Parts: sequence; C-alpha cells; structure tokens
Amino acid sequence: MDVREQIKESNKDFAGQIIETPTGGIISGTFDDIVNWARSNSLWPLTFATSCCGIEMMSTASAKYDFSRFGFEVARATPRQADVIIIAGTIVNKMAPVLKRLYDQMPDPKYVIAMGACAISGGPFFYNTYSVVKGADHVIPVDVYIPGCPPRPEALLHSLIALQEKIKLGWTRAQIRENSLASKV
Amino acid sequence: MALTNDIIQQKLQEKFGDAVTNFSQPYGMLTFEAPKEMNLKVMQFLYDDDQLAFRFLTDLCAVHFPDNKGNELAVVYHLHNLVENVRIRFRVFTSIDQPDVFTATQLFSSANWQERETYDFYGVNFVGHPNLKRILNVDEMDYFPMRKEFPLEDQVRIDKDDEMFGR
Ligand code: SF4
Repeated sequence: MDVREQIKESNKDFAGQIIETPTGGIISGTFDDIVNWARSNSLWPLTFATSCCGIEMMSTASAKYDFSRFGFEVARATPRQADVIIIAGTIVNKMAPVLKRLYDQMPDPKYVIAMGACAISGGPFFYNTYSVVKGADHVIPVDVYIPGCPPRPEALLHSLIALQEKIKLGWTRAQIRENSLASKV
Repeated sequence: MALTNDIIQQKLQEKFGDAVTNFSQPYGMLTFEAPKEMNLKVMQFLYDDDQLAFRFLTDLCAVHFPDNKGNELAVVYHLHNLVENVRIRFRVFTSIDQPDVFTATQLFSSANWQERETYDFYGVNFVGHPNLKRILNVDEMDYFPMRKEFPLEDQVRIDKDDEMFGR
C-alpha cells in the first residue's frame, strides 16, 4: 500500500467513540488514547538548527511545504514551551552539553527527531574528526531518524507523521522493542 | 610614489640586515621570514613607519611542518596597508618542544582571538597573551587537532577512491 494511504488508514478514526443522544452526543474512550490523539496533533517544535539541515527545516516550515498542515505550526524559541526537538544539523562536542540542557528543560512528554546524516551518525564528518559527536543519540534519546544529507522537506514531513503515529500508538519504549513497530504502523 | 614590494624589502633589509631572510613574491605578495624573537620588532617597524604603515592584521595562523626538525611550527602573519592597498606576509618558526612566540595583542587587538585560535589548533604558546585558552574546541580537549600527528582520516580505508577526491 502507498505510504500515504497507509497513514490515512491508520489515522482516520478518532481515538474515542461518539455516542449520539437526542440532546447532542457523548464522547467516550480510553483517556490515554484521547490524550495521545490530542497531543499528536499539536506538537510544538523547538527552533533548533545547528547547520545546513536547518535550512531544509525552515523550508518545511514555510509556505511551500508548510508543516502546520499537520499540527506543527507553533515553533517555539524556548525549550520550556516545546514538545519536540528536531535536531537539524551537526552536533559538535561543544554543542552536546547545550543540546542536553535544552532537552532537559523541555517539559514531559518530549520527543526527539534526528534529522539528517549528521544527527544520526556524524554524517560526512564521521571519519576521525576531532569535534563532531557521532550521532545525537549519544547525548539524548531519539524517537525518529530521517536519513539524508539533507533530507528533503517531504522526508521531514514523513518523519513528523511517523512521530504522530508513534504517539497515537501510545507504547512505551519497552513495548516498542517487543513488538516490531514496522508491522503495526 | 606607490608602495612596491621592492621598496618594502629594501626598507626591511636596511633596518634588520641579515635577520630577515627568504624574500619571495609568490602571486605578487611579498613573503619573508624573521627569527621568532624579532616578530614584534618587525611588526612594530612595519606599523610605525609612515611609508610602510601596515596597520591592519588580516590573518594570523600557524602551519605544522613535522619534517622541519627544530622549527616544526611556523606562525604566519598577514598584514595589510589599507592606504596603499598592499599586503605582505611573514613567518616566524619555532620548535614544537618549546612553542613560545611573543603575542601581538599589544599591537593589534584583533590578534587576541586569532592567537587563541592558533593556540587551540596548534598549541603555539603566545607569551604575554591576556587570555590564552581554547576558543573553538571544548576546554577538556588534551591535544592540538591540526598538528600533523593527529590522523585526519583512516589511512588504510580502501572504500574511498582517491581519484574521486582529486588526490
Ligand atoms: S546531514 Fe548533511 S545537510 Fe544535514 S547538517 Fe549534516 S552535512 Fe548538513
């Protein structure tokens, strides 16, 4: 199945149930499911870009690709109001403590997207460099990885949607490890 | 009268005699060497002389020559005469075991950060610098990454074809 179809399919239902009554309706459902559904549709990203991938992130945010269509429009300049941090760019040794600190300042629940080869593995700076962290997941836990140098805006959108799916699924880390996510989403 | 390389060279030789050596003009830019104890004297002379008036420090960096025993590190100064629009470059050499060179911060404020950078990457100890600590790398780093003994790339890799990288 086409990925978009797949996502539409798994996304189409409201997490709860609407029970029609003569005077209106009642929404019922598992509290967690509804919270996760609401949460996944309003993720506020932190404005954080350390190098060239940031340009692609800006492009994703602006008119042509417009990630606000999926609920990411409120980019925050402070970690205290952000839900998701998109690591867009190279993390150098000197930046690593800053990244950790930003992550620690974000309120729970918080999510991390590693955008681009640099954030995944050190990317083009992998070979015996003296300054680059070989993957942001050495510093903070990462939820979604997007390969590319830089990834296209479509890829970033895809990863954001993948993150939404992950949140809606509502699994803990241990559950994800047990059940392969790929077969479910 | 326009300031030419020959006039500069002549003035320097008049003033410092045999101490300034190895004059050359690669790509039209006057280049010479001086002993490291004299770097400040040479710069001060180039700065003060009304005709020379090299009053702008464009660049300050180092080069590592591991095979040049006893003179492994070169500190390179690029100076600019903004009135005549003339540039020159001069180098002082120092041994890597005792990489002490006098600081140019009293003469040029811009030398402050550039010397910190040079210290950061090559470990040149600028004597008299007001705040000689690392500027770009993390403070905990215990080596100087641009020295040649630091391998830039794994030399035994076979998956990288030199031809593709223009080497
Ligand atoms: S992955 Fe490529 S485009 Fe992205 S920050 Fe690294 S070098 Fe730049």
